[in-house]
Amino acid sequence: MKKLLTIALAGLTLALASCGKTEKAAGKIRVGFSQIGAESDWRKAATVSIQEEAKKRGIDLIFSDAQQKQENQIKAIRSFIAQGVDVISFSPVVATGFEDVLKEAKAAGIPVILFDRKVTVSDDSLYACYIGSDCTEEGRRAARWVVENVGENAGIAELVGTVGSGPAIERKKGFEEIIKDHPGLKIIKSQSGDFTRSQGKEVMEQFLKSPERDQITVLFAHNDDMALGAIQAIEEAGKKPGKDIIIVSCDGVKEMFKQILAGKANCTVECNPMIGGQLYDVVEGYMRGEPIPERVESEEGVFDSKNITQEVIDQRGY
Amino acid sequence: MLIGGFIIAVLAGLVFLCGKSSHGRHLRWPLTALTLLLLINLIFKPGFFTVEMTSDGYLYGSLIDILNHSSKTAILAIGMTLVMATGGIDISVGSVMAISGAMAATVIVMPKERFALWGLDPAAVAFGAAVLCGLLVAVAAGAWNGFLTSGCGIQPMVATLVLMVAGRGIAQLITDGTIITFDDPLLSFIGNGHLLTLPFTTWIAWTLFAIVALLTRKTALGLFVESIGNNETASRYAGIEARGIKWLTYIINGFCAGVAGLIVSSNIKCADANHAGLYLELDAILATVIGGTSMSGGRFYLSGSMAGALLIQTVATMMYANDVNPAVIAVPKALVVIVVCLLQSDVFRQKLSRRFHRGAAQEVDA
Repeated sequence: MKKLLTIALAGLTLALASCGKTEKAAGKIRVGFSQIGAESDWRKAATVSIQEEAKKRGIDLIFSDAQQKQENQIKAIRSFIAQGVDVISFSPVVATGFEDVLKEAKAAGIPVILFDRKVTVSDDSLYACYIGSDCTEEGRRAARWVVENVGENAGIAELVGTVGSGPAIERKKGFEEIIKDHPGLKIIKSQSGDFTRSQGKEVMEQFLKSPERDQITVLFAHNDDMALGAIQAIEEAGKKPGKDIIIVSCDGVKEMFKQILAGKANCTVECNPMIGGQLYDVVEGYMRGEPIPERVESEEGVFDSKNITQEVIDQRGY
Repeated sequence: MLIGGFIIAVLAGLVFLCGKSSHGRHLRWPLTALTLLLLINLIFKPGFFTVEMTSDGYLYGSLIDILNHSSKTAILAIGMTLVMATGGIDISVGSVMAISGAMAATVIVMPKERFALWGLDPAAVAFGAAVLCGLLVAVAAGAWNGFLTSGCGIQPMVATLVLMVAGRGIAQLITDGTIITFDDPLLSFIGNGHLLTLPFTTWIAWTLFAIVALLTRKTALGLFVESIGNNETASRYAGIEARGIKWLTYIINGFCAGVAGLIVSSNIKCADANHAGLYLELDAILATVIGGTSMSGGRFYLSGSMAGALLIQTVATMMYANDVNPAVIAVPKALVVIVVCLLQSDVFRQKLSRRFHRGAAQEVDA
C-alpha cells in the first residue's frame, strides 16, 4: 500500500513538474533520492529517516527504490534531472558505472550527494558530497572504549567480519591503530565469523576451547550479530558474558542494546542509519547559498551501560 | 591424548576393514582423510582431543563440536544423496532452511494464549505447532521442487534454482524482513540441548540416517532410486513408478532441509532469513560427493555422505583451533577436498598406480 502511494505520489510530482516548474516558486526544496532497496533492517531504518525527516522539514522528496538494480537507479537519476530537482542524492547499488549519469547531472547543474556508499569515478568533482559512516573510526572508538573501561591489560579475541569486505577491513584497521600504542592490549585470537550469528557462535566456541581460553578477557566483534552469537557460546561454556569476558562490537542494533541492559554485553559503537537529517542540513545550506562540504561524518554514538535505558531501546527502530 | 589415540586407532581399523569389504569401499578415502587430519591434530594440537564431562552431565570439547555442527550438513547430505542418486540435484536446500527456520520462529513468538487448546500446556502446543509448521513448509518446498523436476521435466539445477533465489525472499516475507529472536526453552533445546551426554543435534542426524538407511536398504526403494538414476526410461518400462519416486526423493530432501533449518535457527535462538543456511547446499553436495555418490546418479552411499559431512566439519573446526589466518582459510579446505575427490576417482587412482608400478619395474630393470 505504502509503495503504491509512493508511486502515485511520484507520478503526481512528475505530472506537476511537466506543467512547468511551478513548485519552485512556492519555495519548496525538491530532493530526488534513489535508495538501494530494503535488504536489511539498517537500510530500512535509513529509508524511514530520509522520508520522515523530509516530511518534518517540508522538503519535497521524490523517493525511488532501485530494488538492488543499477539500471533502475540510473533511470531514477535521469528522471530526477528531467524533473529539475534542486539536489540529487543516492546510495549506489555498486561503486562503478555511474560516470555518464553523473556527468549529465553536472551538466544540468544539479549537485549530487552520495549517501552511505561511495562511487568510483575518474573525476571526483562529479559528486558534491559524501555523507556516511566511517568504519575505521568505529574500530578506533571501540578500541578507545576498551582502553578507557578495561585498562591497559587484556587478552582480546576478535571476530572478524566477512573476509575482504569493507567494514571488516576498516574496523580491524581502526581497532589495531589504537591498541598498538598499548602494549598490554593484545589480540590473541582472530577468526572470521562472516558477520552472522551462527558463525560468530561457532568460532567463539573454538576460542573458548583453545589453550589460551583463560587469557581471553575482551571480545571485539566487527558487528552485533556475531557478538550476539558469541554471547550464547560464552554462556554455554559456563562463563559470564559481560563480566568474565567484556564484549564490544559495532552497529548498535536493538537486540544488542537489550543484551547490554541485561549486563551480558558491554559496548556497541553505532553505525547510524538515521542520517536523513544530516542530508537535509547540507541541502538546506546549499539552497541558502552556502558551499557544500565534501565529506560529512554521520553522527554516531558509543553505547554502553551508562547511556542505555529501556527508553532508548523502545525508541530504537531497528 | 589417550582419547585421540583411541579414536584414530578405531578409525584406522575401520579404514582397513572398509578396504577389505566390498560394501564399505566408498568409505575408505573419506575415512583415511579424516584419520590423517586427526593425526595431524594429535601431533600439533593435543588439546584438540580434550573431552570433559561438564557438571550438567554432558561432554564438552572440540570433538563434540564437530559432531554437533556437522549434523546440519549431514542431515542435508542424507536428502541430497537420494536426490543425486536419481541423477538430480537440489541447490535450494539452503534457502529452504531459512524458510523453515523463519516459519518456526514466527509461530513460537506468537502470544502463548493463542495456543491454549484442548486444555494442553500452551508452551508444548506452541512448540509442536512451530516444529510442524517449519517442517510442513519445507516439505511443501520439496514437493514444489519435485513438481518442477519430475512433474514438468525441467532440469533439476534450473528448477531448484528458482527456490534457491526466491526462497530467501519468502523467508524475509515470513519474518517481515527482521531477525526474529526467541527464547523458548523447548525450541532452543533442538539446537542446544543434550541427550545421554551428546548434543541433541547428533541424535537427530544419526537417527535420520538410520531411518533413511533402513528405508532404502531394507525395502526396494533404494534399488528403485538407483535404477532410475541409471536409466529412467528402462526403469519405467520395467514397471517402476519413476516419476513418483523422483518426486518422493525431493520431498524427503525438503524434509531434511526443514530439520536442518530448525537446528540452525534453534542453535542461535533466532531466525536470520538472510544468512541461515547460506551456501550450505554446497557443503551438502560436497559431503555427498566425497562420500562416493556419483552426481550422474545410479549409486549412492548414505554412510559415505555422513563421513563426508564429518570430514568437512573437522576441517572447519581444525582451522579455528589452529589459528589459521581467516584470509587464507579457504585454501587448506580446498586442498583437503581436492585430495579426497582425486582419491575417490577410479581413473586417477589407476593412473597413479600405473606410474608407481612402472617406476618399480624400471628399478628392477636397473
